[in-house]
Amino acid sequence: MNEWIFDIWTIITASTVACTSAILGSFLVLRKKAMVGDAISHSVLPGIVLAYIVSESRASWVMLIGAAVFGVLTNIIIEFLNKKAKMNADASIGITFTWLFAIGVILLAYFTEGGIDLDQECVLFGEISMINLDKVLVDGNLYLGPYAFWFIFPVFIIVLAFVVFGFKGLKITSFNEDYAASLGIRNGFWNYALMSLVSLSTVMSFESVGAILVVGFLVIPPASAYLLTKRLIPMIVLGCVFGILSSIIGFYFAKSFNLSISGCIVCATGIIFLVNLIYSIIRDRSRKNISIAQ
Amino acid sequence: MENKSIDVHNITVSYSGAPVLWDVDFELPTGVLAGIIGPNGSGKTTLLKTIMNIVKPVSGNVKVFDSNIDKVRNRIAYVPQRESVDWQFPISVMEVVLMGRYSGKNLFKRTTKADKEIAREALESVRMLEFKDRQISELSGGQQQRVFIARALAQKADLYFMDEPFAGVDMATEKTILEILLKLKDEGKTVLLVHHDLRTVREFFDYTILLNTRLVAAGKTAEVLTEENLNSAYGARLTLLEEVGKEIKKKDFPLREKDFDDK
Ligand SMILES: Nc1ncnc2c1ncn2[C@@H]1O[C@H](COP(=O)(O)OP(=O)(O)O)[C@@H](O)[C@H]1O
Ligand SMILES: [Mg+2]
Repeated sequence: MNEWIFDIWTIITASTVACTSAILGSFLVLRKKAMVGDAISHSVLPGIVLAYIVSESRASWVMLIGAAVFGVLTNIIIEFLNKKAKMNADASIGITFTWLFAIGVILLAYFTEGGIDLDQECVLFGEISMINLDKVLVDGNLYLGPYAFWFIFPVFIIVLAFVVFGFKGLKITSFNEDYAASLGIRNGFWNYALMSLVSLSTVMSFESVGAILVVGFLVIPPASAYLLTKRLIPMIVLGCVFGILSSIIGFYFAKSFNLSISGCIVCATGIIFLVNLIYSIIRDRSRKNISIAQ
Repeated sequence: MENKSIDVHNITVSYSGAPVLWDVDFELPTGVLAGIIGPNGSGKTTLLKTIMNIVKPVSGNVKVFDSNIDKVRNRIAYVPQRESVDWQFPISVMEVVLMGRYSGKNLFKRTTKADKEIAREALESVRMLEFKDRQISELSGGQQQRVFIARALAQKADLYFMDEPFAGVDMATEKTILEILLKLKDEGKTVLLVHHDLRTVREFFDYTILLNTRLVAAGKTAEVLTEENLNSAYGARLTLLEEVGKEIKKKDFPLREKDFDDK
Protein backbone atom coordinates (compact mmCIF):
# COMPACT_ATOMS: atom_id res chain seq x y z
CA MET A 1 0.00 0.00 0.00
CA ASN A 2 1.20 3.51 -0.72
CA GLU A 3 3.03 5.12 2.13
CA TRP A 4 1.34 8.48 1.63
CA ILE A 5 -1.98 6.96 2.63
CA PHE A 6 -0.51 6.12 6.01
CA ASP A 7 0.82 9.65 6.28
CA ILE A 8 -2.56 11.11 5.52
CA TRP A 9 -4.24 8.89 8.09
CA THR A 10 -1.72 9.88 10.74
CA ILE A 11 -2.49 13.54 10.05
CA ILE A 12 -6.24 12.91 10.03
CA THR A 13 -6.02 11.12 13.37
CA ALA A 14 -3.93 13.86 14.95
CA SER A 15 -6.32 16.47 13.54
CA THR A 16 -9.32 14.70 15.02
CA VAL A 17 -7.71 14.74 18.45
CA ALA A 18 -6.76 18.38 17.83
CA CYS A 19 -10.34 19.41 17.07
CA THR A 20 -11.84 17.47 19.97
CA SER A 21 -9.32 19.05 22.31
CA ALA A 22 -9.63 22.57 20.89
CA ILE A 23 -13.42 22.55 21.27
CA LEU A 24 -13.26 21.47 24.92
CA GLY A 25 -10.05 23.39 25.61
CA SER A 26 -11.61 26.70 24.54
CA PHE A 27 -14.02 26.43 27.46
CA LEU A 28 -11.28 25.29 29.83
CA VAL A 29 -9.16 28.33 28.92
CA LEU A 30 -12.13 30.67 29.43
CA ARG A 31 -12.99 29.03 32.74
CA LYS A 32 -9.33 29.36 33.82
CA LYS A 33 -9.05 25.63 34.17
CA ALA A 34 -6.55 25.00 31.39
CA MET A 35 -4.40 22.78 33.58
CA VAL A 36 -7.12 20.21 34.08
CA GLY A 37 -5.93 18.22 31.06
CA ASP A 38 -2.43 18.03 32.46
CA ALA A 39 -3.83 17.03 35.84
CA ILE A 40 -5.84 14.21 34.31
CA SER A 41 -2.86 12.88 32.38
CA HIS A 42 -1.15 12.26 35.73
CA SER A 43 -4.01 11.41 38.03
CA VAL A 44 -5.31 8.52 35.95
CA LEU A 45 -2.23 6.44 36.78
CA PRO A 46 -3.67 4.79 39.91
CA GLY A 47 -6.78 3.96 37.89
CA ILE A 48 -4.69 2.15 35.33
CA VAL A 49 -2.76 0.20 37.95
CA LEU A 50 -5.88 -0.71 39.91
CA ALA A 51 -7.69 -1.80 36.78
CA TYR A 52 -4.79 -4.11 36.06
CA ILE A 53 -4.68 -5.48 39.58
CA VAL A 54 -8.40 -6.13 39.69
CA SER A 55 -8.78 -7.64 36.24
CA GLU A 56 -5.30 -9.11 35.84
CA SER A 57 -5.65 -8.17 32.25
CA ARG A 58 -3.48 -6.01 30.13
CA ALA A 59 -6.18 -5.38 27.60
CA SER A 60 -6.15 -1.69 26.92
CA TRP A 61 -9.89 -1.21 27.26
CA VAL A 62 -9.78 -2.44 30.88
CA MET A 63 -7.12 0.09 31.68
CA LEU A 64 -9.07 2.77 29.86
CA ILE A 65 -12.02 2.15 32.14
CA GLY A 66 -9.74 2.48 35.16
CA ALA A 67 -8.32 5.68 33.72
CA ALA A 68 -11.74 7.09 32.91
CA VAL A 69 -12.99 6.41 36.43
CA PHE A 70 -10.02 8.25 37.88
CA GLY A 71 -10.43 11.07 35.36
CA VAL A 72 -13.92 11.69 36.66
CA LEU A 73 -12.76 11.22 40.26
CA THR A 74 -10.09 13.87 39.63
CA ASN A 75 -12.79 16.34 38.68
CA ILE A 76 -14.89 15.51 41.70
CA ILE A 77 -11.96 16.09 44.06
CA ILE A 78 -10.96 19.31 42.28
CA GLU A 79 -14.54 20.60 42.48
CA PHE A 80 -14.80 19.61 46.12
CA LEU A 81 -11.59 21.43 47.06
CA ASN A 82 -12.56 24.44 44.98
CA LYS A 83 -16.20 24.85 45.95
CA LYS A 84 -16.58 23.22 49.35
CA ALA A 85 -13.12 23.72 50.86
CA LYS A 86 -12.77 27.16 49.20
CA MET A 87 -9.33 26.52 47.69
CA ASN A 88 -8.24 28.45 44.59
CA ALA A 89 -8.81 26.62 41.33
CA ASP A 90 -5.06 26.28 40.67
CA ALA A 91 -4.31 24.97 44.17
CA SER A 92 -7.19 22.49 43.92
CA ILE A 93 -5.86 21.16 40.65
CA GLY A 94 -2.27 21.05 41.91
CA ILE A 95 -3.12 19.16 45.09
CA THR A 96 -5.37 16.66 43.37
CA PHE A 97 -3.15 15.46 40.59
CA THR A 98 0.16 15.33 42.46
CA TRP A 99 -1.51 13.34 45.20
CA LEU A 100 -3.22 10.88 42.87
CA PHE A 101 -0.09 10.53 40.76
CA ALA A 102 1.94 9.75 43.89
CA ILE A 103 -0.53 7.03 44.83
CA GLY A 104 -0.19 5.65 41.33
CA VAL A 105 3.59 5.60 41.56
CA ILE A 106 3.47 3.76 44.89
CA LEU A 107 0.97 1.21 43.60
CA LEU A 108 3.02 0.68 40.48
CA ALA A 109 6.26 0.21 42.41
CA TYR A 110 4.61 -2.18 44.85
CA PHE A 111 3.02 -4.40 42.26
CA THR A 112 5.84 -4.43 39.74
CA GLU A 113 8.09 -5.59 42.56
CA GLY A 114 5.87 -8.61 42.87
CA GLY A 115 6.97 -9.59 39.40
CA ILE A 116 4.06 -8.16 37.50
CA ASP A 117 5.03 -6.59 34.28
CA LEU A 118 2.92 -3.47 33.86
CA ASP A 119 4.21 -0.75 31.68
CA GLN A 120 2.41 2.53 32.27
CA GLU A 121 3.79 3.76 29.01
CA CYS A 122 1.60 1.36 27.12
CA VAL A 123 -1.38 3.45 28.15
CA LEU A 124 -0.13 6.90 28.95
CA PHE A 125 2.49 7.51 26.37
CA GLY A 126 1.26 6.17 23.11
CA GLU A 127 3.10 7.44 20.07
CA ILE A 128 1.20 8.52 17.06
CA SER A 129 3.78 7.11 14.66
CA MET A 130 2.72 3.62 15.72
CA ILE A 131 -0.97 3.93 14.97
CA ASN A 132 -0.70 2.52 11.46
CA LEU A 133 0.39 -0.84 12.84
CA ASP A 134 -3.24 -1.40 13.86
CA LYS A 135 -5.22 -1.17 10.67
CA VAL A 136 -8.89 -1.45 9.98
CA LEU A 137 -9.22 -3.59 6.88
CA VAL A 138 -12.44 -4.66 5.25
CA ASP A 139 -12.38 -7.91 3.23
CA GLY A 140 -8.69 -8.07 3.84
CA ASN A 141 -7.79 -5.27 1.47
CA LEU A 142 -10.05 -2.21 1.74
CA TYR A 143 -8.12 0.06 4.06
CA LEU A 144 -10.30 2.22 6.32
CA GLY A 145 -7.64 3.94 8.34
CA PRO A 146 -5.97 3.07 11.59
CA TYR A 147 -7.81 1.54 14.51
CA ALA A 148 -6.87 4.61 16.61
CA PHE A 149 -8.85 6.92 14.35
CA TRP A 150 -12.05 4.90 14.71
CA PHE A 151 -11.48 4.85 18.43
CA ILE A 152 -11.24 8.63 18.64
CA PHE A 153 -13.72 9.69 16.01
CA PRO A 154 -16.88 8.83 18.05
CA VAL A 155 -15.50 10.92 20.91
CA PHE A 156 -15.14 13.83 18.53
CA ILE A 157 -18.78 13.44 17.44
CA ILE A 158 -19.99 13.28 21.05
CA VAL A 159 -18.02 16.39 21.98
CA LEU A 160 -19.22 18.26 18.91
CA ALA A 161 -22.84 17.37 19.63
CA PHE A 162 -22.50 18.38 23.26
CA VAL A 163 -21.10 21.78 22.38
CA VAL A 164 -23.61 22.43 19.59
CA PHE A 165 -26.65 21.53 21.69
CA GLY A 166 -25.30 22.83 24.97
CA PHE A 167 -23.76 25.99 23.57
CA LYS A 168 -25.92 28.47 25.48
CA GLY A 169 -25.44 26.65 28.75
CA LEU A 170 -21.69 26.37 28.30
CA LYS A 171 -21.40 29.99 27.28
CA ILE A 172 -23.35 31.50 30.14
CA THR A 173 -21.84 29.30 32.84
CA SER A 174 -18.33 30.04 31.56
CA PHE A 175 -18.97 33.76 31.38
CA ASN A 176 -20.96 34.61 34.48
CA GLU A 177 -21.64 31.83 37.02
CA ASP A 178 -23.52 33.96 39.53
CA TYR A 179 -25.76 35.39 36.87
CA ALA A 180 -26.47 31.92 35.49
CA ALA A 181 -27.39 30.77 38.99
CA SER A 182 -29.78 33.71 39.36
CA LEU A 183 -31.60 32.46 36.25
CA GLY A 184 -31.92 29.01 37.76
CA ILE A 185 -29.25 27.47 35.53
CA ARG A 186 -27.30 24.70 37.21
CA ASN A 187 -23.61 25.51 37.06
CA GLY A 188 -22.70 22.19 38.64
CA PHE A 189 -24.32 20.21 35.86
CA TRP A 190 -22.51 22.11 33.11
CA ASN A 191 -19.21 21.95 34.88
CA TYR A 192 -19.37 18.20 35.43
CA ALA A 193 -20.63 17.55 31.93
CA LEU A 194 -17.72 19.51 30.46
CA MET A 195 -15.13 18.00 32.77
CA SER A 196 -16.37 14.45 32.19
CA LEU A 197 -15.99 14.94 28.47
CA VAL A 198 -12.50 16.32 29.00
CA SER A 199 -11.66 13.19 31.00
CA LEU A 200 -13.18 10.91 28.40
CA SER A 201 -11.48 12.53 25.44
CA THR A 202 -8.05 12.81 27.06
CA VAL A 203 -8.09 9.24 28.28
CA MET A 204 -9.32 7.92 24.93
CA SER A 205 -6.62 9.82 23.09
CA PHE A 206 -3.71 8.94 25.37
CA GLU A 207 -3.22 5.46 24.07
CA SER A 208 -3.15 6.36 20.43
CA VAL A 209 -1.42 9.71 20.29
CA GLY A 210 0.25 10.20 23.66
CA ALA A 211 -0.50 12.35 26.67
CA ILE A 212 1.76 15.24 25.69
CA LEU A 213 -0.05 15.73 22.43
CA VAL A 214 -3.51 15.69 24.01
CA VAL A 215 -2.59 18.05 26.83
CA GLY A 216 -0.87 20.37 24.37
CA PHE A 217 -3.85 20.39 22.02
CA LEU A 218 -6.18 21.13 24.90
CA VAL A 219 -4.48 24.38 25.85
CA ILE A 220 -2.19 25.85 23.21
CA PRO A 221 -4.39 26.16 20.10
CA PRO A 222 -7.35 27.66 22.07
CA ALA A 223 -4.97 30.06 23.79
CA SER A 224 -3.62 31.13 20.36
CA ALA A 225 -7.16 31.63 19.10
CA TYR A 226 -8.06 33.62 22.20
CA LEU A 227 -5.38 36.15 21.26
CA LEU A 228 -6.82 36.68 17.81
CA THR A 229 -10.57 36.82 18.13
CA LYS A 230 -13.27 38.52 20.16
CA ARG A 231 -16.03 35.98 19.69
CA LEU A 232 -16.53 32.53 21.10
CA ILE A 233 -17.42 30.56 17.96
CA PRO A 234 -14.52 31.98 15.90
CA MET A 235 -12.26 31.18 18.86
CA ILE A 236 -13.32 27.54 18.81
CA VAL A 237 -13.04 27.28 15.01
CA LEU A 238 -9.64 28.96 14.95
CA GLY A 239 -8.47 26.65 17.72
CA CYS A 240 -9.35 23.70 15.50
CA VAL A 241 -7.62 25.29 12.50
CA PHE A 242 -4.43 25.88 14.51
CA GLY A 243 -4.55 22.31 15.78
CA ILE A 244 -4.89 20.89 12.25
CA LEU A 245 -2.18 23.19 10.94
CA SER A 246 0.16 22.06 13.72
CA SER A 247 -0.56 18.43 12.89
CA ILE A 248 0.41 18.92 9.25
CA ILE A 249 3.50 21.02 9.90
CA GLY A 250 4.65 18.89 12.83
CA PHE A 251 4.15 15.66 10.94
CA TYR A 252 6.17 16.62 7.89
CA PHE A 253 8.87 18.24 9.95
CA ALA A 254 9.22 15.09 12.05
CA LYS A 255 9.27 12.93 8.94
CA SER A 256 11.96 14.99 7.21
CA PHE A 257 14.27 14.99 10.20
CA ASN A 258 13.28 11.63 11.61
CA LEU A 259 12.05 13.04 14.92
CA SER A 260 9.17 12.23 17.27
CA ILE A 261 5.91 13.12 15.55
CA SER A 262 4.02 13.94 18.76
CA GLY A 263 6.89 16.10 19.93
CA CYS A 264 7.09 18.01 16.67
CA ILE A 265 3.33 18.60 16.53
CA VAL A 266 3.31 20.05 20.05
CA CYS A 267 6.30 22.23 19.11
CA ALA A 268 4.36 23.44 16.09
CA THR A 269 1.42 24.47 18.31
CA GLY A 270 3.90 26.40 20.44
CA ILE A 271 5.39 28.17 17.43
CA ILE A 272 1.93 29.11 16.14
CA PHE A 273 1.14 30.48 19.57
CA LEU A 274 4.33 32.55 19.55
CA VAL A 275 3.54 34.02 16.13
CA ASN A 276 0.05 34.93 17.33
CA LEU A 277 1.40 36.43 20.52
CA ILE A 278 3.86 38.66 18.65
CA TYR A 279 1.14 39.65 16.21
CA SER A 280 -1.30 40.54 19.00
CA ILE A 281 1.31 42.60 20.85
CA ILE A 282 2.12 44.59 17.69
CA ARG A 283 -1.59 44.99 16.96
CA ASP A 284 -2.42 46.26 20.45
CA ARG A 285 0.50 48.64 20.38
CA SER A 286 -0.48 50.15 17.04
CA ARG A 287 -4.07 50.48 18.27
CA LYS A 288 -2.89 52.35 21.30
CA ASN A 289 -0.86 54.68 19.08
CA ILE A 290 -3.87 55.38 16.91
CA SER A 291 -6.06 56.21 19.89
CA ILE A 292 -3.36 58.49 21.31
CA ALA A 293 -2.99 60.22 17.94
CA GLN A 294 -6.70 60.94 17.85
CA MET B 1 -46.71 44.42 55.60
CA GLU B 2 -48.93 43.83 52.58
CA ASN B 3 -47.53 42.93 49.20
CA LYS B 4 -44.12 41.87 50.37
CA SER B 5 -41.50 41.56 47.65
CA ILE B 6 -38.74 40.22 49.88
CA ASP B 7 -38.91 38.67 53.31
CA VAL B 8 -35.50 37.94 54.80
CA HIS B 9 -35.88 35.92 57.96
CA ASN B 10 -32.97 35.70 60.42
CA ILE B 11 -30.30 34.75 57.93
CA THR B 12 -26.73 34.04 58.94
CA VAL B 13 -24.12 33.43 56.25
CA SER B 14 -20.50 32.40 56.49
CA TYR B 15 -18.07 31.43 53.73
CA SER B 16 -15.46 29.61 55.72
CA GLY B 17 -14.52 31.60 58.78
CA ALA B 18 -16.44 34.21 60.71
CA PRO B 19 -20.00 35.04 59.67
CA VAL B 20 -20.35 37.60 56.90
CA LEU B 21 -24.01 38.19 57.70
CA TRP B 22 -25.32 37.73 61.20
CA ASP B 23 -29.00 37.25 61.94
CA VAL B 24 -30.24 39.67 59.30
CA ASP B 25 -33.98 40.15 59.25
CA PHE B 26 -36.10 42.59 57.24
CA GLU B 27 -39.00 42.91 54.82
CA LEU B 28 -39.46 44.96 51.71
CA PRO B 29 -42.76 45.99 50.10
CA THR B 30 -43.32 45.92 46.34
CA GLY B 31 -43.04 48.97 44.13
CA VAL B 32 -40.17 50.67 45.93
CA LEU B 33 -36.62 51.74 45.23
CA ALA B 34 -34.54 50.34 48.05
CA GLY B 35 -30.85 50.76 48.77
CA ILE B 36 -28.46 48.52 50.66
CA ILE B 37 -25.66 50.58 52.11
CA GLY B 38 -22.76 49.73 54.35
CA PRO B 39 -18.95 49.83 54.39
CA ASN B 40 -16.77 47.63 52.17
CA GLY B 41 -16.91 43.99 53.17
CA SER B 42 -20.05 44.51 55.22
CA GLY B 43 -21.86 41.74 53.34
CA LYS B 44 -23.95 43.72 50.83
CA THR B 45 -23.11 41.51 47.85
CA THR B 46 -23.53 38.44 50.00
CA LEU B 47 -26.98 39.62 51.06
CA LEU B 48 -28.12 39.96 47.44
CA LYS B 49 -26.70 36.55 46.57
CA THR B 50 -28.34 34.96 49.59
CA ILE B 51 -31.72 36.39 48.68
CA MET B 52 -31.31 34.80 45.23
CA ASN B 53 -30.04 31.58 46.84
CA ILE B 54 -26.75 31.76 44.93
CA VAL B 55 -25.12 31.64 48.35
CA LYS B 56 -26.74 29.30 50.86
CA PRO B 57 -27.32 30.66 54.36
CA VAL B 58 -26.16 28.72 57.40
CA SER B 59 -29.50 29.43 59.02
CA GLY B 60 -32.62 31.42 58.35
CA ASN B 61 -34.68 31.60 55.19
CA VAL B 62 -35.77 33.97 52.47
CA LYS B 63 -39.08 34.38 50.69
CA VAL B 64 -39.49 36.33 47.47
CA PHE B 65 -43.04 37.26 46.48
CA ASP B 66 -44.17 34.98 49.29
CA SER B 67 -42.64 31.90 47.77
CA ASN B 68 -39.44 29.99 47.34
CA ILE B 69 -37.08 31.88 45.03
CA ASP B 70 -36.88 28.93 42.63
CA LYS B 71 -40.57 29.34 41.86
CA VAL B 72 -40.24 33.02 40.93
CA ARG B 73 -36.91 33.16 39.11
CA ASN B 74 -38.68 34.37 35.98
CA ARG B 75 -39.75 37.45 37.96
CA ILE B 76 -36.31 38.54 39.15
CA ALA B 77 -33.37 40.15 37.37
CA TYR B 78 -29.78 40.64 38.47
CA VAL B 79 -26.92 43.03 37.70
CA PRO B 80 -23.80 41.53 39.30
CA GLN B 81 -20.99 43.63 40.74
CA ARG B 82 -18.62 44.66 37.94
CA GLU B 83 -15.61 43.07 39.66
CA SER B 84 -17.19 39.66 39.22
CA VAL B 85 -17.33 39.94 35.42
CA ASP B 86 -14.60 38.67 33.09
CA TRP B 87 -14.38 41.65 30.75
CA GLN B 88 -11.90 39.90 28.45
CA PHE B 89 -14.39 37.14 27.64
CA PRO B 90 -14.87 36.82 23.86
CA ILE B 91 -18.48 37.96 23.74
CA SER B 92 -20.36 40.84 22.12
CA VAL B 93 -22.69 43.36 23.70
CA MET B 94 -25.69 41.79 21.97
CA GLU B 95 -24.77 38.29 23.16
CA VAL B 96 -24.55 39.55 26.74
CA VAL B 97 -27.98 41.19 26.58
CA LEU B 98 -29.50 38.07 24.99
CA MET B 99 -28.48 36.13 28.10
CA GLY B 100 -31.24 38.05 29.82
CA ARG B 101 -33.60 35.84 27.84
CA TYR B 102 -32.01 32.56 28.99
CA SER B 103 -33.59 30.45 31.67
CA GLY B 104 -33.12 27.03 33.17
CA LYS B 105 -35.86 25.79 30.84
CA ASN B 106 -35.06 27.25 27.43
CA LEU B 107 -31.32 26.57 27.46
CA PHE B 108 -31.51 23.93 24.75
CA LYS B 109 -33.80 25.94 22.51
CA ARG B 110 -32.78 28.47 19.92
CA THR B 111 -32.98 32.15 20.69
CA THR B 112 -36.20 33.43 19.15
CA LYS B 113 -36.89 36.52 17.08
CA ALA B 114 -38.97 37.91 19.93
CA ASP B 115 -36.01 37.51 22.29
CA LYS B 116 -33.79 39.40 19.87
CA GLU B 117 -36.33 42.17 19.60
CA ILE B 118 -36.55 42.47 23.40
CA ALA B 119 -32.76 42.61 23.62
CA ARG B 120 -32.65 45.38 21.01
CA GLU B 121 -35.23 47.39 22.91
CA ALA B 122 -33.31 46.97 26.14
CA LEU B 123 -30.12 48.19 24.45
CA GLU B 124 -32.01 51.09 22.94
CA SER B 125 -33.33 52.13 26.34
CA VAL B 126 -29.80 52.44 27.72
CA ARG B 127 -28.65 54.09 24.46
CA MET B 128 -26.21 51.33 23.59
CA LEU B 129 -27.76 49.85 20.45
CA GLU B 130 -25.10 51.28 18.17
CA PHE B 131 -22.46 49.34 20.15
CA LYS B 132 -24.24 45.99 19.88
CA ASP B 133 -21.43 44.28 17.97
CA ARG B 134 -18.59 45.49 20.17
CA GLN B 135 -16.73 43.14 22.43
CA ILE B 136 -17.39 44.10 26.05
CA SER B 137 -13.76 45.02 26.76
CA GLU B 138 -13.97 47.69 24.06
CA LEU B 139 -16.38 49.80 26.10
CA SER B 140 -15.89 52.42 28.78
CA GLY B 141 -16.84 51.63 32.36
CA GLY B 142 -20.14 53.46 32.05
CA GLN B 143 -21.01 51.71 28.81
CA GLN B 144 -20.20 48.33 30.32
CA GLN B 145 -22.51 49.02 33.23
CA ARG B 146 -25.29 50.09 30.86
CA VAL B 147 -24.95 46.82 28.93
CA PHE B 148 -25.40 44.82 32.11
CA ILE B 149 -28.41 46.90 33.05
CA ALA B 150 -29.83 46.29 29.59
CA ARG B 151 -29.40 42.56 30.20
CA ALA B 152 -31.42 42.85 33.40
CA LEU B 153 -34.09 44.92 31.62
CA ALA B 154 -34.31 42.24 28.93
CA GLN B 155 -35.39 39.83 31.67
CA LYS B 156 -38.67 41.75 31.98
CA ALA B 157 -38.76 41.08 35.70
CA ASP B 158 -40.77 42.48 38.60
CA LEU B 159 -37.90 42.62 41.07
CA TYR B 160 -34.42 43.89 40.17
CA PHE B 161 -31.25 43.26 42.14
CA MET B 162 -28.40 45.58 41.21
CA ASP B 163 -24.97 45.40 42.80
CA GLU B 164 -23.28 48.80 42.67
CA PRO B 165 -24.63 49.84 39.25
CA PHE B 166 -23.18 53.32 39.76
CA ALA B 167 -19.63 52.14 40.41
CA GLY B 168 -17.10 53.56 37.94
CA VAL B 169 -19.63 55.23 35.64
CA ASP B 170 -19.59 58.63 33.96
CA MET B 171 -22.08 61.41 34.53
CA ALA B 172 -24.23 60.60 31.49
CA THR B 173 -24.53 56.98 32.54
CA GLU B 174 -25.41 57.94 36.09
CA LYS B 175 -28.25 60.02 34.74
CA THR B 176 -29.44 57.25 32.42
CA ILE B 177 -29.41 54.70 35.22
CA LEU B 178 -31.33 56.97 37.57
CA GLU B 179 -33.95 57.58 34.89
CA ILE B 180 -34.29 53.84 34.38
CA LEU B 181 -34.67 53.21 38.10
CA LEU B 182 -37.39 55.82 38.39
CA LYS B 183 -39.15 54.46 35.35
CA LEU B 184 -39.10 50.95 36.77
CA LYS B 185 -40.61 52.28 39.96
CA ASP B 186 -43.31 54.08 37.98
CA GLU B 187 -44.18 50.78 36.37
CA GLY B 188 -44.68 49.31 39.83
CA LYS B 189 -41.48 47.27 39.84
CA THR B 190 -39.27 46.81 42.86
CA VAL B 191 -35.54 47.58 42.76
CA LEU B 192 -33.04 46.65 45.44
CA LEU B 193 -29.58 48.03 44.83
CA VAL B 194 -26.27 48.24 46.56
CA HIS B 195 -25.15 51.82 46.58
CA HIS B 196 -22.55 54.14 48.05
CA ASP B 197 -23.60 57.70 47.48
CA LEU B 198 -25.71 58.78 50.47
CA ARG B 199 -26.85 61.90 48.64
CA THR B 200 -28.75 59.96 45.96
CA VAL B 201 -30.01 57.53 48.57
CA ARG B 202 -31.63 60.38 50.48
CA GLU B 203 -33.03 61.91 47.34
CA PHE B 204 -34.39 58.94 45.43
CA PHE B 205 -34.65 55.84 47.60
CA ASP B 206 -37.82 55.02 49.52
CA TYR B 207 -36.30 52.27 51.60
CA THR B 208 -32.84 51.78 53.00
CA ILE B 209 -31.13 48.77 54.49
CA LEU B 210 -28.08 49.72 56.52
CA LEU B 211 -25.73 46.82 56.92
CA ASN B 212 -22.53 45.98 58.72
CA THR B 213 -22.53 42.19 59.01
CA ARG B 214 -25.45 42.73 61.35
CA LEU B 215 -28.46 44.69 60.25
CA VAL B 216 -28.02 48.19 61.63
CA ALA B 217 -31.41 49.43 60.50
CA ALA B 218 -33.99 48.84 57.78
CA GLY B 219 -37.04 50.84 56.85
CA LYS B 220 -38.04 54.18 55.32
CA THR B 221 -34.94 56.06 54.25
CA ALA B 222 -35.51 59.12 56.42
CA GLU B 223 -35.92 56.96 59.50
CA VAL B 224 -32.89 54.81 58.76
CA LEU B 225 -30.34 57.43 57.78
CA THR B 226 -29.94 59.03 61.16
CA GLU B 227 -26.62 60.25 62.48
CA GLU B 228 -26.71 57.56 65.12
CA ASN B 229 -27.36 54.70 62.70
CA LEU B 230 -24.71 55.90 60.27
CA ASN B 231 -22.16 56.14 63.01
CA SER B 232 -22.92 52.68 64.20
CA ALA B 233 -22.56 51.30 60.65
CA TYR B 234 -19.52 53.25 59.53
CA GLY B 235 -17.99 54.55 62.72
CA ALA B 236 -16.94 58.16 62.82
CA ARG B 237 -15.32 57.91 59.39
CA LEU B 238 -18.55 58.50 57.58
CA THR B 239 -19.27 62.00 58.68
CA LEU B 240 -15.81 62.86 57.38
CA LEU B 241 -16.51 61.14 54.08
CA GLU B 242 -19.73 63.00 53.67
CA GLU B 243 -17.99 66.31 54.27
CA VAL B 244 -15.41 65.46 51.61
CA GLY B 245 -18.23 64.49 49.31
CA LYS B 246 -19.91 67.82 49.77
CA GLU B 247 -16.67 69.67 49.07
CA ILE B 248 -16.09 67.74 45.90
CA LYS B 249 -19.61 68.38 44.78
CA LYS B 250 -19.26 72.09 45.41
CA LYS B 251 -16.11 72.39 43.34
CA ASP B 252 -17.44 70.00 40.73
CA PHE B 253 -14.18 68.15 40.89
CA PRO B 254 -13.53 66.20 37.67
CA LEU B 255 -13.29 62.88 39.45
CA ARG B 256 -15.34 60.98 36.99
CA GLU B 257 -14.11 58.91 34.17
CA LYS B 258 -14.42 60.46 30.73
CA ASP B 259 -16.81 58.69 28.49
CA PHE B 260 -14.49 58.41 25.55
CA ASP B 261 -16.91 56.87 23.12
CA ASP B 262 -19.75 59.26 23.76
CA LYS B 263 -18.21 62.37 22.35
N1 LIG C 1 -16.65 33.75 47.82
C1 LIG C 1 -16.16 34.17 49.00
N2 LIG C 1 -15.39 33.34 49.73
C2 LIG C 1 -14.89 33.75 50.94
N3 LIG C 1 -15.11 34.95 51.48
C3 LIG C 1 -15.88 35.82 50.79
C4 LIG C 1 -16.43 35.48 49.52
N4 LIG C 1 -17.14 36.53 49.07
C5 LIG C 1 -17.03 37.49 50.00
N5 LIG C 1 -16.27 37.07 51.05
C6 LIG C 1 -15.97 37.85 52.26
O1 LIG C 1 -17.19 38.17 52.87
C7 LIG C 1 -17.19 39.50 53.34
C8 LIG C 1 -18.36 40.26 52.76
O2 LIG C 1 -18.20 40.36 51.36
P1 LIG C 1 -19.23 41.08 50.42
O3 LIG C 1 -20.56 40.49 50.62
O4 LIG C 1 -18.67 41.02 49.05
O5 LIG C 1 -19.19 42.56 50.99
P2 LIG C 1 -19.58 43.94 50.28
O6 LIG C 1 -20.33 43.64 49.03
O7 LIG C 1 -20.40 44.64 51.30
O8 LIG C 1 -18.31 44.66 50.03
C9 LIG C 1 -15.84 40.08 52.98
O9 LIG C 1 -15.01 40.04 54.12
C10 LIG C 1 -15.33 39.17 51.91
O10 LIG C 1 -13.92 39.09 51.98
MG1 LIG D 1 -19.95 44.04 47.07
